Amino acid sequence: MFPLDYHALLPEIILATTVLVMLVVDLTTRKKHFVALTAMVGLFAAFVPVLTLAFCDTLEFCAAAGVDRVLFGGSYVVDGYALVFKGLFIFAAFIALLLSIGYLETDRFYEGEYYFLLIVSALGAVVMASSRDFITMIVALELVSGPAFLLAGWRKGDPRSNEAALKFFITGVIALALLLFGVSLLYGLTGTMQFDQMALASVAVAELPLFTLGVIFVLLGFGFKVSAVPFHFWTPDTYEGAPKPVTAWIAVGSKAAGFVGLLTVAYLAFPGVTEVWGPVMWVVAVLSMTIGNIVAIKQTNVIRLLGYSSIAQAGFMLAPFGAAAASGADSLGQVFSATVTYLIIFVVMNLGAFAVVITIGSRVGSYELEDWAGLLRYAPGLATVLAVFFMSLAGIPPLAGWFAKFAVFQATIGVGNWWGYSIAIVAALNAVIAFVYYSKVLKPAFFDPVPKGADLEMLDAGEIPAPIGFALGLTVFGVIVLGVFPGVAANLGQYSAQVVAAIGG
Amino acid sequence: MTIIQFILVGSALFALGIYGVITRRNAVLVLASVELMLAGVNVNLVAFNVYLQDPILSGQIFVLFIIGLAAAEVAIGIAIILMIFRNRQSADVADLNLMKG
Repeated sequence: MFPLDYHALLPEIILATTVLVMLVVDLTTRKKHFVALTAMVGLFAAFVPVLTLAFCDTLEFCAAAGVDRVLFGGSYVVDGYALVFKGLFIFAAFIALLLSIGYLETDRFYEGEYYFLLIVSALGAVVMASSRDFITMIVALELVSGPAFLLAGWRKGDPRSNEAALKFFITGVIALALLLFGVSLLYGLTGTMQFDQMALASVAVAELPLFTLGVIFVLLGFGFKVSAVPFHFWTPDTYEGAPKPVTAWIAVGSKAAGFVGLLTVAYLAFPGVTEVWGPVMWVVAVLSMTIGNIVAIKQTNVIRLLGYSSIAQAGFMLAPFGAAAASGADSLGQVFSATVTYLIIFVVMNLGAFAVVITIGSRVGSYELEDWAGLLRYAPGLATVLAVFFMSLAGIPPLAGWFAKFAVFQATIGVGNWWGYSIAIVAALNAVIAFVYYSKVLKPAFFDPVPKGADLEMLDAGEIPAPIGFALGLTVFGVIVLGVFPGVAANLGQYSAQVVAAIGG
Repeated sequence: MTIIQFILVGSALFALGIYGVITRRNAVLVLASVELMLAGVNVNLVAFNVYLQDPILSGQIFVLFIIGLAAAEVAIGIAIILMIFRNRQSADVADLNLMKG
């Protein structure tokens, strides 16, 4: 049997223990913020082993084991790539938790169970980052989405929340069934579930139409999680109807988990057959960017606008996949690291954007753009933070967003063929369109007068709850640091791309 | 017996499931159709497992996981559908039009 490497599994063990402890705490106390506190302690505790694992080769007690650890016969791997994303998911769950604490007090919610489901979802994402075979990956995927389905419908009495949950759920299970059908075909053709063996076996069967069918089914199944175009219909509705902190988690945490799955499957299971999946991803990326951006222009609701923006950003992150279509094994690492770099910035930037939109929305009592007029007059601080995040999303240089786009352009042009050039051109056009609707949000907030009949006393009186203030501070700091020192995100991207270089070389 | 017959059964179940998902308007029946799709996947996986003579039986083990996942999914789905039925006395998917995707 395999001797178990407890250090490598420690983040998952701590999170799994935390969710159980949370259930007990929920049972024994009426003060539900203790449950949130337990969750927070658990997330912090789980972050520590992620750090010790990442710096293992410099630490005395585990230098012998090294950073890369292979568990369960290659089904579960803890390496640089997995650790970067484990850290990122724990950060995203932490921010979503902070946003929830203030929000849950505004209405009648089941609180203890809410925190429980949120952390279970985060645990799924953490497992996802390490999974290196289809069985582990599908279980992790369901662990991420299952709780998210329930959380989307958490406002039980609100028909919009009900509708959000059902749309999310039905699209989700259909996508899962398609994904599983693809997996069954790939298993039949390659004879294995493990990605490293599939990488070897897939080259021989790449010509078969059935193989192409299997790959397309699998990629489309993940396309649902990342809200790429053929499966994007649920996105704006679910974002609008779900409780807003849940929206932040679905839009960032669960979406990033989908991207991790996509990256792992595409680059680790099928690195030798980029000509099969590359063109598919090229089409999906172009459609996602264009449709997401064009529909976003017409939106009047900020949350829906962020939903379409999130579809468009999924297109941006898929663009390097499309550019990989005709690139050799040597440039795979480059396109891989571009997507990772974008993802890291995406998580920080979008969590911040959702945090500030939730804060303003609950102050104003509406997420319609016209109701946000004159925000600068009564809440200059919030208006500034809003400007920081939306300018970052638009890609204005001192803020992190520009580097995310830059990394994508650099990688797609860098592969040096027409798959890359053409998608870089589409991406550049879309970056311009995106600028239009991001500035559309800022215009009423900064230049329009306060609407007549608005209750100014109520608008003035609102205070930012401490947890949300902390989340805002953390993400603003992150966006500025990542924008001024883009090397941080780029290095993490390169660091995780070693996993691809190891296979390609 | 050849592998083709089994895969045909699996694919037919899957296709019937897709047909049901597209045509059914009742959310419970949509859920049942998804179960049909998953059953098709299970038939495929077991057939491939036997055909390949996989020494570590990953196909059959995956089927056990899928059965578990499907059960969990039904539990979640029924909870959501019940909640909707309480609020609007209907589980019709076509009635979900408060927001336009």
